[in-house]
Amino acid sequence: MSAIARAARAFPTLLRVGLAEALAYRAELVVWMLTTTMPLVSLALWTSVADSGALGEYGARELGAYFLAALVVRQVTGSWLVWQMNMEVKQGGMSHRLLRPVHPLFAYAAEGLAVIPLRAVLCLPIVPILLHFSGTEPLGDPARAGLFLLSMVGAWLINFFVMALIGALSFFIESSTNVFQAWLLGFTVLSGYVVPLSLFPPWLKQLTDVLPFRYTLALPAELAAGTLSTERALVEVGIQWGYVGLSAVLALVLFQRGTRRYAAFGA
Amino acid sequence: MSEPAVVARGLSKSFEVHERAAGLGATLRSLFHRKTRTVVAVDDVSFSVEAGERVGFLGPNGAGKTTTLKMLSGLLHPSRGEARVAGYEPKRRDAAFLRQITLVMGQKQQLLWDLPPAETFALNGALYGLSAKEHGEALAELTELLELGDVSKKPTRQLSLGERMRCELAAALLHRPSVLFLDEPTIGLDVAMQLKVREFVRTYNERRGATVLLTSHYMDDVLALCARVVIIDEGRLRYDGSLSALVEKMRPDKRVVLNLGAALPREDLERLGAVVEASGSRVVLHVRRDRTREVVSHLLSHPEVVDLTIEDPPLEEVLRELFAERPAP
Repeated sequence: MSAIARAARAFPTLLRVGLAEALAYRAELVVWMLTTTMPLVSLALWTSVADSGALGEYGARELGAYFLAALVVRQVTGSWLVWQMNMEVKQGGMSHRLLRPVHPLFAYAAEGLAVIPLRAVLCLPIVPILLHFSGTEPLGDPARAGLFLLSMVGAWLINFFVMALIGALSFFIESSTNVFQAWLLGFTVLSGYVVPLSLFPPWLKQLTDVLPFRYTLALPAELAAGTLSTERALVEVGIQWGYVGLSAVLALVLFQRGTRRYAAFGA
Repeated sequence: MSEPAVVARGLSKSFEVHERAAGLGATLRSLFHRKTRTVVAVDDVSFSVEAGERVGFLGPNGAGKTTTLKMLSGLLHPSRGEARVAGYEPKRRDAAFLRQITLVMGQKQQLLWDLPPAETFALNGALYGLSAKEHGEALAELTELLELGDVSKKPTRQLSLGERMRCELAAALLHRPSVLFLDEPTIGLDVAMQLKVREFVRTYNERRGATVLLTSHYMDDVLALCARVVIIDEGRLRYDGSLSALVEKMRPDKRVVLNLGAALPREDLERLGAVVEASGSRVVLHVRRDRTREVVSHLLSHPEVVDLTIEDPPLEEVLRELFAERPAP
């Protein structure tokens, strides 16, 4: 049996055990979710600004739809893998993963996916209520719905592989969580998490188009909010999947190199 | 002739270690000028283990035992030299190789802390590609051998140390590996539990023909399980051979312990061997091995001798002596 076939066969069990673990840590999960409700703060802030006149293509309704979509995108696609990898490399927990005949990143991915149903159950009930108040219908068109789903998968994968890439740095440096903080700063400012990117000055907007942050949040959020044309979305989903490929290759290569330097500190 | 299950040839591992003194000044200086030191953890170690053999891997703390086991299980890449285990090069970590081996680290756990061990068993079963039948059979066998009962249904955090260690062994052996690297599997366990784990290792080895390389600070583990020992100290190989030959080499004497009903003249005892202890009715003599039979016969002819036992020196003592005569670097 090939490595991929074996990993695919193990996937349902990995998901089931991952979900059981997520349920065991449900309190921690709820706290983490509360820390990612920044879009609700932004929504309140920008709605009051929009009350004094529309902001570009954003009126109060569009802002409502955008930030609610941003909240869902962040909840579903966010990853904390970098913390786990840092701890496991430092304390030796990585040893057990490396001893198993399935690539550790595959097992991490399954654990990451396993928490999505729980996050969805906890955050999705908010969405229809708030969508009702905002009066928008973001996903009426099946083509746009398909692109939205594709962009969500892409956003999840970029987040996962970038976290794996930064996490793999902990094989080389004492802690890579500071590198993660730098990434988080870029994400907060340039992903559309706090400010819709079309409100940026043109030069900064152009910069966000070429950086990866936009494709981890703003792209699916704008698709859901209906502020991105289908033609433009097609191009951007293409760019996004380019980033998926790039981050996957970099994460896998760095992880492979890192295992050669693994010193299993403390283990 | 088939290839040995474990081969280490000139295996070496060095680590770069950062060094700085305590205090703010040292912290600031280390920002601009980082001092590193190379620590040689394992230095040119060579040995081999035949399939089905049980070998004790001994050495004081920091001798390089765990580092060697990690190189043999593919976790660490050797700085020099090579290793072959079950016909594979460990550092490549081929899936087929990983299915052949296991590394049990007594001080590290793989069980999921907040879930019952049964979930870790299910996870490992899936990761090692076991069918439901294989998983069921292996688990039934391990449950019987390790007397797990319903232990695997309780959350790991609620298990006693002994229960947890037995579940760790079950999780590590579910895929029925042919080479077992056991790094302090009985650490912290009480005597009864040590005995249980020891018996399990013996039965698994005999039933499955598995190769066992065992490190333990409990010499009783080694005495009970391993006829052969490999000893390393400061990263270098110091001894590879049978336990009895090591004891003979280090201690050419036998220890004869007498319980006397009435005193025997000291000069009589000194003619038989070295008197190392004489307190009240208890006397301990060190007697040359080739004279033991003759001396014991002679002693038993004395009516003052109520009881007599012949002992080898404790293994701890033998090792202490071996490590005390470290060769010059």
